[in-house]
Amino acid sequence: WRRNHRNTSCVIMSNNMQFMLLFSRQGKLRLQKWYVPLSDKEKKKITRELVQTVLARKPKMCSFLEWRDLKIVYKRYASLYFCCAIEDQDNELITLEIIHRYVELLDKYFGSVCELDIIFNFEKAYFILDEFLLGGEAQETSKKNVLKAIEQADLLQEVRYVIKPPWEQ
Amino acid sequence: MLIVCWSPVMVEVWNGPGDKKTVEGPSRMPAPIRLRELIRTIRTARTQAEEREMIQKECAAIRSSFREEDNTYRCRNVAKLLYMHMLGYPAHFGQLECLKLIASQKFTDKRIGYLGAMLLLDERQDVHLLMTNCIKNDLNHSTQYVQGLALCTLGCMGSSEMCRDLAGEVEKLLKTSNSYLRKKAALCAVHVIRKVPELMEMFLPATKNLLSEKNHGVLHTSVVLLTEMCERSPDMLAHFRKLVPQLVRILKNLIMSGYSPEHDVSGISDPFLQVRILRLLRILGKGDDDSSEAMNDILAQVATNTETSKNVGNAILYETVLTIMDIKSESGLRVLAINILGRFLLNNDKNIRYVALTSLLKTVQTDHNAVQRHRSTIVDCLKDLDVSIKRRAMELSFALVNGNNIRGMMKELLYFLDSCDPEFKADCASGVFLAAEKYAPSKRWHIDTIMRVLTTAGSYVRDDSVPNLIQLITNSVEMHAYTVQRLYKALLDDISQQPLVQVASWCIGEYGDLLVSGQCEEEEPIQDEVLDVLEGLLVSNLSTPVTRGYALTAIMKLSTRFTSVNRIKKVVSIYGSSIDVELQQRAVEYNALFKKYDHMSGDEWLRVTIDQLLSSVRILSCSYDPNSSVVSLNFHLTRRPLSVCQTFQLQLLSPSSNVVPTLNQGTVTQVIRVLNPQKQQLRMRIKLTYTHKGSAVQDLAEVNNFPPQSWQ
Repeated sequence: WRRNHRNTSCVIMSNNMQFMLLFSRQGKLRLQKWYVPLSDKEKKKITRELVQTVLARKPKMCSFLEWRDLKIVYKRYASLYFCCAIEDQDNELITLEIIHRYVELLDKYFGSVCELDIIFNFEKAYFILDEFLLGGEAQETSKKNVLKAIEQADLLQEVRYVIKPPWEQ
Repeated sequence: MLIVCWSPVMVEVWNGPGDKKTVEGPSRMPAPIRLRELIRTIRTARTQAEEREMIQKECAAIRSSFREEDNTYRCRNVAKLLYMHMLGYPAHFGQLECLKLIASQKFTDKRIGYLGAMLLLDERQDVHLLMTNCIKNDLNHSTQYVQGLALCTLGCMGSSEMCRDLAGEVEKLLKTSNSYLRKKAALCAVHVIRKVPELMEMFLPATKNLLSEKNHGVLHTSVVLLTEMCERSPDMLAHFRKLVPQLVRILKNLIMSGYSPEHDVSGISDPFLQVRILRLLRILGKGDDDSSEAMNDILAQVATNTETSKNVGNAILYETVLTIMDIKSESGLRVLAINILGRFLLNNDKNIRYVALTSLLKTVQTDHNAVQRHRSTIVDCLKDLDVSIKRRAMELSFALVNGNNIRGMMKELLYFLDSCDPEFKADCASGVFLAAEKYAPSKRWHIDTIMRVLTTAGSYVRDDSVPNLIQLITNSVEMHAYTVQRLYKALLDDISQQPLVQVASWCIGEYGDLLVSGQCEEEEPIQDEVLDVLEGLLVSNLSTPVTRGYALTAIMKLSTRFTSVNRIKKVVSIYGSSIDVELQQRAVEYNALFKKYDHMSGDEWLRVTIDQLLSSVRILSCSYDPNSSVVSLNFHLTRRPLSVCQTFQLQLLSPSSNVVPTLNQGTVTQVIRVLNPQKQQLRMRIKLTYTHKGSAVQDLAEVNNFPPQSWQ
């Protein structure tokens, strides 16, 4: 299920994150961000298989594993597994830092984040992720700037609901 | 908070779809349940069935609400739908609602709408036209956070059509001075280029001063964009090589600058940007002397000065090593890189050991000697607990085997083969065979090594190993006696490992005379004992049909090597009525051979015919000259199983030459006269014996494609 827009005429292929999944130790999905176009059915299949594979890993094993033709980078924070699929040329170690940065952002936003925060405020978890990564790449490397942007956007959600007076309708 | 209201009917104060304040809307129905409340409720379900019921009930309510075109609660309902979608329930009926939310003027609506679009829609749906318009408007919105939403969505799931339509807008934003938007536009452009590579050119002007930016976000995404362009187009790559000095400067500043709280990670300044720059340098420096030289110093600096106590520092070092190995770096720098990897191998962090092994695997061909220095550390990793590390250590170990270290390495690898997980055994066995073939210090060592693999991992050995091993044994003429004796002994111990049994059967059939003749060091078995063993294979439940075939053939071959021919004939005739069709066919044909050539049983020709069962030569072409009834064959050497046929008489004339020229420069032809009074379909099997590079080779051929007029 390789990405269908590969250009095969070049020496090195562009790489990035194909998807990120967050799931609990019981295998419940808490967040799914896909950066490649796949059908719902395919996403479910991948999620099911990958969750199973990662949950079967023992604590002594390293954070990387080969799965299909991708590299999987995963790390557990408390009761949540953060799992990224990257391509062959990508740097696994910096991906661990990406995951860690995302956790830090969540932590700062929610104040000592826990799984329940992600469950009850999943949309916010997405908003934060979308201010940090875009198309699978980091768009902002400053923690402060990401949080500031989220804060401003949250303020925008307050009512600016102007009902026009009848003489202006 | 701003509220303007001139009518007492409709006032709404809220901060999002899950807001705590309850509102009574103008609709007839009560307000839809809030998002957080729904989540709470669903989590109380004790069974899957209970959950499903709750979901169905809520979906019904949401559907009604959608049908009523309720603007007020659309956002809340879609958010709930997204939650249920994450639980695995269908949510496609909310797709259009997402588009309506995107088109709304409320920021909250847009936020949820775009999120819904990214989760529920993908480029397969036919929503391009609808979405394109909305995104276009929002890309030009007065609020940068709305523009941001549009850029993010387009850059995440935009289809080729959407990208085509909106590329111009993205390009515009790439030139803005607003760094918040510029950085997003850069990554959005990356996505556009991936979807529609032809559009890459249009972004070129905007890249002009991207690297002059001070903003790290813009720098980072710009480097990603430049990387994408360079990877896709050799012209772009050549064009951007001039950026190398600038990139080197930026990297230098990052390393030399003091503590920058905004971008600091464990004492390192913006590691994400550093890694990205290093990767771009790798692409620019590859194959280019000047660029490689220009980056040499900074690479050495990063390699020696980066703090290695935390993962973040090692991430940068890792990227640096990859760059050094890929560009045209000085040998000193390359050695530095390999040594970093060597240090990585000793790191307590298994992640670091893992990437070290991966990188070493990539460089072992080009920097073989440098990697050899770390051989013992690599071999130690065979004992690591992590399966990925073990696999890489195994692959790397095989890559490091050479004539000098073969004995020591093979000891370690055979020990590994003994104790490793089943998932490794096939690859390890194949690797051992390959290494042994290349570097065996003696034939006897070679045979012993093969024996060791067959006896310890025999069931994991690949199917194609069997004919390869047979070929190997055939060529080791002086080892035939030793080999057949050892294999026979192994069979006495264990007949469960099929590849071992097959190779052993073949050898016993071929060299059975050596086995019983007293040429072996130990007490030789008598003929009946050997036949007992082979017959045992035929009846054993452990033997596969292929193995039975080998056993039967071996028994048959022994009819020309042993004296107990009557016993053999008896066995063969029994299997003439075997349920196994393959065995039955063989037995029937062997029986026929016995009958027909009874008077010739000692004849060399018969021995040849019986031996025609395991490999073949592929005939390249054959031609039939009706005037002289001569069939000419040109042949090529491959392998394929055969069966026996015998309704013709042959007259072989002398071959045209004793030597087949090399490199396809010519052929040897031999005329074979065929007497075919019954006008049976011509099929031919031929055995070749020749010498190649001084060693004796035997090969067999089958021809099935004689032109019909040659025999009809």
